[in-house]
Amino acid sequence: MNKLYSHIESIVGNVISVRAEGVAYGELAEVTSRYGVSLAETIRLDKELVYLQVFAGSRGISTGDEVRFLGHPMQVSFSDNLLGRIFDGAGSPRDGGPGLTDNLIAIGGPSVNPYKRIIPREMIRTGIPMIDLFNTLVKSQKLPIFSVSGEPYNQLLARIAMQAEVDLIILGGMGLKYDDYLFFKDSLEEGGSLAKTIMFVHTAADPVVECLQVPDLALAVAERFALKGRNVLVLLTDMTNFADALKEISITQEQVPSNRGYPGDLYSQLASRYEKAVDFDGAGSITTLAVTTMPGDDVTHPIPDNTGYITEGQFYLHGGRIEPFGSLSRLKQLVNGKTREDHRAIMDGMIKLFSSYRDTLEKKSMGFQMSAWDRKLLKYGELFESKMMDLSVNISLEKALDEGWKILASCFEPRETGLRSELIQKFWPKGMVQTEAAAG
Amino acid sequence: MSQKSGRVVAVNGNMVSIGFQGNVAMNEVVYVLSKGKRLKSEIIRVKGSEAQAQVYEITKGIRIGDEVEFSEEMLSVELGPGLLGQIYDGLQNPLPEIAEQKGFFLESGVYLRALSRSKRWSFSPQAKPGDILRRGDCIGSVPELHFTHKIMLPFDFFGEWTLADIVPAGEYGVEDAIAHVRDQRGVERELRMMFSWPVKRAVDCYVERLKPKQPMVTKTRIIDTFFPVAKGGTYCIPGPFGAGKTVLQQVTSRNADVDIVILAACGERAGEVVETLKEFPQISDPRTGRSLMERTIIICNTSSMPVASREASVYTAVTIAEYYRQMGLDVLLLADSTSRWAQAMREMSGRLEEIPGEEAFPAYLESVIAAFYERAGIVRLADGSYGSVTIGGTVSPAGGNFEEPVTQATLKVVGAFHGLSRERSDARKYPAIHPLDSWSKYPGIMPKEVVAYAHSFLERSSEVEAMMKVVGEEGTSLEDYILYLKGEFLDAVYLQQNSFDPVDASVSPERQKTMFHLVLEILGADLALKDKDDARGWFYELRQSFLDLNGAAEDGDLYQSSLKTIRETLAARNPRYGSEAKNMLLRLE
Ligand SMILES: Nc1ncnc2c1ncn2[C@@H]1O[C@H](COP(=O)(O)OP(=O)(O)OP(=O)(O)O)[C@@H](O)[C@H]1O
Ligand SMILES: [Mg+2]
Repeated sequence: MNKLYSHIESIVGNVISVRAEGVAYGELAEVTSRYGVSLAETIRLDKELVYLQVFAGSRGISTGDEVRFLGHPMQVSFSDNLLGRIFDGAGSPRDGGPGLTDNLIAIGGPSVNPYKRIIPREMIRTGIPMIDLFNTLVKSQKLPIFSVSGEPYNQLLARIAMQAEVDLIILGGMGLKYDDYLFFKDSLEEGGSLAKTIMFVHTAADPVVECLQVPDLALAVAERFALKGRNVLVLLTDMTNFADALKEISITQEQVPSNRGYPGDLYSQLASRYEKAVDFDGAGSITTLAVTTMPGDDVTHPIPDNTGYITEGQFYLHGGRIEPFGSLSRLKQLVNGKTREDHRAIMDGMIKLFSSYRDTLEKKSMGFQMSAWDRKLLKYGELFESKMMDLSVNISLEKALDEGWKILASCFEPRETGLRSELIQKFWPKGMVQTEAAAG
Repeated sequence: MSQKSGRVVAVNGNMVSIGFQGNVAMNEVVYVLSKGKRLKSEIIRVKGSEAQAQVYEITKGIRIGDEVEFSEEMLSVELGPGLLGQIYDGLQNPLPEIAEQKGFFLESGVYLRALSRSKRWSFSPQAKPGDILRRGDCIGSVPELHFTHKIMLPFDFFGEWTLADIVPAGEYGVEDAIAHVRDQRGVERELRMMFSWPVKRAVDCYVERLKPKQPMVTKTRIIDTFFPVAKGGTYCIPGPFGAGKTVLQQVTSRNADVDIVILAACGERAGEVVETLKEFPQISDPRTGRSLMERTIIICNTSSMPVASREASVYTAVTIAEYYRQMGLDVLLLADSTSRWAQAMREMSGRLEEIPGEEAFPAYLESVIAAFYERAGIVRLADGSYGSVTIGGTVSPAGGNFEEPVTQATLKVVGAFHGLSRERSDARKYPAIHPLDSWSKYPGIMPKEVVAYAHSFLERSSEVEAMMKVVGEEGTSLEDYILYLKGEFLDAVYLQQNSFDPVDASVSPERQKTMFHLVLEILGADLALKDKDDARGWFYELRQSFLDLNGAAEDGDLYQSSLKTIRETLAARNPRYGSEAKNMLLRLE
């Protein structure tokens, strides 16, 4: 089998071609150059020419270097031995531990039959009111944090991971800064979660092709654990680096870009990863939390845009807070009907009022006179920001709901809230008198 | 016949090139034999002795030299009894059966028959030997759930045929011979209850196509009252991500006043389909008292399933819709999202290295979209009955910007436009259909002039709002301010509707008429309001009672008490009506 080829026909970008026979689409090869051995994946077959994407990049590869086909596609070892271990984007250890070769499984496998999925039903509690109350996270949800660089998205990711009750955490790092890599390692260690964590980490210093493998490695392993009944939380940070790697490679491949240089299949590429989030009928689950940094804080940029069309909502992290606008959990209605009867009403009602508050802020900034109503809204907005939005708030959903009523009652008359009378009768804090709205 | 043979000579993504001998047809289905699997593919270009095919599966593992098998057929669907309540992938493979045989995953190369071969159907013949038949004519029927499923002369039996013989009433399977027909030259052919039809050809067995006029009630107020859809019409729902396209379609699929609903989940989330397929069997259809699933067919090719079959899925869906239309039924096809279908075309066009148009979409994008929506329509059939296919498609424009090729091409051909806005969905104003941008060319359940009258309040209200942003509230007259409040009020209590409230989620046309009248009594009134604070307070109070009313079942106390409160609140401000308002109210009686 494993024939050796020693003449490379072309080297373009990170893609080389050789003349070879009997190679399968997707097959893996080893390319040996004077800088070492790298994996490479077959990405195109054209008659006798085989095009390979070299994981370590093509820098320094010579036309006389050796290519050996391995007879199988990209694989990863799957067993409990993975727990607590750290690997790179090629699947090799980066923690100094032994390489794992037992029980190899293919990555990027077929999608789950929709018929074998179940409707997600379980809330994941985070203690963050902007999540639990307003955009509830649900087991098996796929949800990115939209943010700009500089925001504490990795901190938020780690905080949710530690607070969530899951069996297993798999971290897929793409283009991760070394500091951030260490941050995750340390936080998980301090939180006592390291032993139930597996990391596949590609750092900013590693070759770009390896970045592309990270989600598939992480998700293939997650899928197997989920099939064994475990509830797995997958953290992918930062998917923008993944998408940029796709772009870089498609451009060197001379593919016609569709939008700002990104390939036309960006949507499908992202979807095939995100759609791995699942609640299996009769087995475990995969919940995926990702980070998507938005170039220029522009949510219409192709990466956040395509992501938003795929995921089940997003948390929009801005100014160190989860913004009510732009944030959404699409699965929230599957769980928030069973939490407390006022959950939905408070969720919608408070956001509507907050939206009016923002309008008033705009008016104020333009120097308009503030009406009595405006003053009420201003008071409300400030309370909302400090008691709900501030990320240092860490309270249960029920407490957050009570807090919500308190805020409403201290700012408005019942009828001004747009909430239904029966709820008001039941939940409006008794004896709470609206303090006179402070004069502008 | 020429001996056909072919082998793979290149693989690029989900496209393979095939070197072949013999004749190959465009759009012919071929199978790539790879590692013991047969991978279904479709020929999409032929050049010299090489053809390109899009593979409906993951192409990993295919090698140069792999053999290719030719089917001599175009991509087709099976038509016959047993389609209702099914869940198919884009190529009409039944997903529950695949799950049963293969477990959790969709392995490649697994194709199962769309219609059950073991099920028996109780067939009653209708045509008699000697009858002259044309394609689409009914020869008998079987009960399929609560429908009378007509067994028809297959749509490709062109010309006149004489019925030679037909089986007596009894139990038959879909592949049993139930009749024989002869053409004028005496050529005899056997008929079965099922036949197949190529998905990319519109079924055209009807006498004439009519103008869609009758409203298709959706029980969503903003649609039925303001931007109606007609049976046999087309409409689109473009909107940025998360604006509510899918929820709107889900609500419509439950409530729409049609016989059959076909859901084409095209390149979107699997989870959304799961909700439908797990919930529909539990929900009863108020029209029939049977489970909603019994009137629903799901074609599901979600975003992580192979892209080429995503392209096929909308055609599979519309062909099945046309088939039931031929039985004189009203069918609604909801496609979510047509943009993913367009992207599938774009991916393939890119692999074929065609000259790209705008945003790299192929140049033929517009004509393909137009041809798809053209398959909607209300038709008169040969037996005098009417059947319709209504098509509603969501569009997912890049960046939420409607100035992009798919939205623009769709807007050119549809009869109604329900544009969702980010602004409205951010403010949780659902359904987020923008009342000023959207339009419909169809007649609805209310008189047109009255709707226009109500709509004028929205327009003027938003003008005042824009003005207030410049001159402030203090610079706005009380009169203008009241106009502004009226628009806001109409929006809050009528345009917005809570899809997750058991009562508010679906509002019958009768109730819409009652509510609309009540709203108009408020919009059209000159009211005794002292100043802006008084006006705002009063409208908020009214809004409160109205929201209570919206959530109240007609037979409950809350309904009556809220109505009473509204009447009293209104009367307290001494409403007076000008001639226009009076006229409008009269027209609604
Ligand atoms: N009518 C509604 N009532 C209440 N909430 C709604 C309504 N419509 C949408 N939402 C909320 O918005 C979320 C997103 O809606 P939906 O999934 O329909 O968006 P979409 O436009 O289909 O997005 P995408 O293009 O990404 O598929 C829902 O999960 C729900 O939380
Ligand atoms: Mg959707």
